[in-house]
Amino acid sequence: MEKPLTAHIPKDGSWLRLKDYERVGGYQGLRQALKMTPKEVIDMVKDAGLRGRGGAGFATGLKWSLVPTPDQIPGPHYLIANGDEMEPGTFKDRLLLEGNPHQLIEGMIIGAYAIQAEFSYVFLRWGYQFAEKALEEAIHEAYEAGYLGKNILGSGFSHELSVHISAGRYICGEETALINALEGKRANPRAKPPFPVVSGFFGRPTVVNNIETLSNVPHILSKGVSWYKSLSKCEDGGTKLYGVSGKVKRPGLWELPLGTSFREILEEHAGGMRDGYQFKGALPGGGSTDFITAEHLDVAMDYNSVAKVGSRMGTGTIIVLDDKTCVVGMVLNLEHFFAQESCGWCTPCREGLPWTEKLLLALENGEGKMEDLKIFDDLTRYMGPGNTFCALAPGAMEPLQSALKHFRADFERHIHEHRCPWK
Amino acid sequence: MDTQTQRILTDDMIAEIRDMYQHFPVKKAACIEALKLIQKHHRWVSDQAVQELAEVLDMSPDEIDSVATFYNLIFRKPVGRHVILICDSVSCWIMGYEKIADYLKQKLGIQFGETTPDGRFTLIPICCLGTCDRAPAMFIDEDLHRDLTVEQIDAILERYP
Ligand SMILES: Cc1cc2nc3c(=O)[nH]c(=O)nc-3n(C[C@H](O)[C@H](O)[C@H](O)COP(=O)(O)O)c2cc1C
Ligand code: SF4
Ligand code: FES
Repeated sequence: MEKPLTAHIPKDGSWLRLKDYERVGGYQGLRQALKMTPKEVIDMVKDAGLRGRGGAGFATGLKWSLVPTPDQIPGPHYLIANGDEMEPGTFKDRLLLEGNPHQLIEGMIIGAYAIQAEFSYVFLRWGYQFAEKALEEAIHEAYEAGYLGKNILGSGFSHELSVHISAGRYICGEETALINALEGKRANPRAKPPFPVVSGFFGRPTVVNNIETLSNVPHILSKGVSWYKSLSKCEDGGTKLYGVSGKVKRPGLWELPLGTSFREILEEHAGGMRDGYQFKGALPGGGSTDFITAEHLDVAMDYNSVAKVGSRMGTGTIIVLDDKTCVVGMVLNLEHFFAQESCGWCTPCREGLPWTEKLLLALENGEGKMEDLKIFDDLTRYMGPGNTFCALAPGAMEPLQSALKHFRADFERHIHEHRCPWK
Repeated sequence: MDTQTQRILTDDMIAEIRDMYQHFPVKKAACIEALKLIQKHHRWVSDQAVQELAEVLDMSPDEIDSVATFYNLIFRKPVGRHVILICDSVSCWIMGYEKIADYLKQKLGIQFGETTPDGRFTLIPICCLGTCDRAPAMFIDEDLHRDLTVEQIDAILERYP
């Protein structure tokens, strides 16, 4: 089984230096791209079936093709690598940043060439100091070697790349909020349209892509479309970093074919549940995805299959709920997070999330009423897709609405027993 | 010297801030980076620092403050010698971070958001640290501590005098 993204990450906790990266084929993808036209690069990434790994699964080649060319809108154009990674339960981009920064840098230069961007930024969350250091040193190496800067490898294409460290707020991961943060402002999202591909950083065409997404790009260019498609078990291409946290025997992160079954990840890679604990449910892709339950264990972890069972693959990092953990408590923890991290720009989210948290807290403390469940149903609709400026609020409703659907009896027990039965 | 008249932004810091904004169309773009710089030198961002920065960036102090207070990691109140940031997000919650937090509160005699009377520790809850497979987790200053158990806490704290 091939693991292009992670196979060469040193086992000793250090990062893959330029020399070692080149030895295993590093920067061959860039060399290939520079021999092609930008449009050919975009088409190749489209054909490879690479979908965004940041959560929404938007087709990467398609996104790039929406950027006006410099003839249509003159430069500067920008590319931003989204390394905010603050979705609760998510720890995948960290590995790529800490272990293989050149892979990301190469992917960024290729992406920048495809959209003809002069500048790019890595937007990195706070607290990833090791990643920051590795990236800064790798960028330095790339400049020295002529992969960055003026007239890259004699191609006539020039590109500058730098790193911004976030001052910390979950909403910074939303692409338009991220752009505001990068401009030095409060990270409120922007109304769309216009979309960033047309009007983003300082009003210029801007592509925002996830770290894992961009790390896939060099391999597509160097090894080709059919190889890339053959890595996966589904209609979309490539491998995926899957993670598991919670009460399993071996929590961790693995690079596996896209479309690997949930059961295989849970039982083989994470070693199954710890002794004395039973699987009850899981959020398949971070805190803002819908619960799946034991009946969905055989779902393939790819975008379309997870959607068919009423959830989202999201970031692909699974959070496991066990039978000894209270689902109301878990959802309360999540809604506390979302309420606190709401940027406060639109009313449903600003008012609705604290209300949701308050009702859940009362319920958890045994002070809930049956009417509250009806209010939850209303709130999940009120904050559903289309009613807010960004996807934070709808995302916040996903664990709640699905918990009410799959585990309603647990909510009702809190009401009838006037206490949390799990405490 | 009277601390009231002592400036927080040194000439070197101002030069560094100018360097930050020269790549951007507007000076304001350096606001977050400048706040982080102030905090690196002073550990928190005082009202006076906000005022001085406002002059450098041609912004109003209110505008600076609206940015400063938006971000979790810009401290607008003084903090202790060591800052403990304990993850209270979902995976750490499942793995029992509350036991660790309760022990810390009891041992240090403070609640979340407070600083010990001797100025040694400030205790703050924080969202997901991106290390959920090794929960529960916390930062003390720049050090990440993971797979925490209550039994380890005393020994860990001793390393931060
Ligand atoms: C509240 C919120 C937080 C987000 N956080 C992140 C993040 O940390 N990293 C990320 O790549 N995408 C995040 N996204 C998704 C981005 O808006 C954007 O879709 C993504 O970076 C695009 O990259 P991709 O097309 O490569 O997936 C977030 C979205 C929302 C609504
Ligand atoms: S949904 Fe919430 S986070 Fe998103 S813009 Fe509205 S208030 Fe801000
Ligand atoms: S939930 Fe605590 S590190 Fe992610």
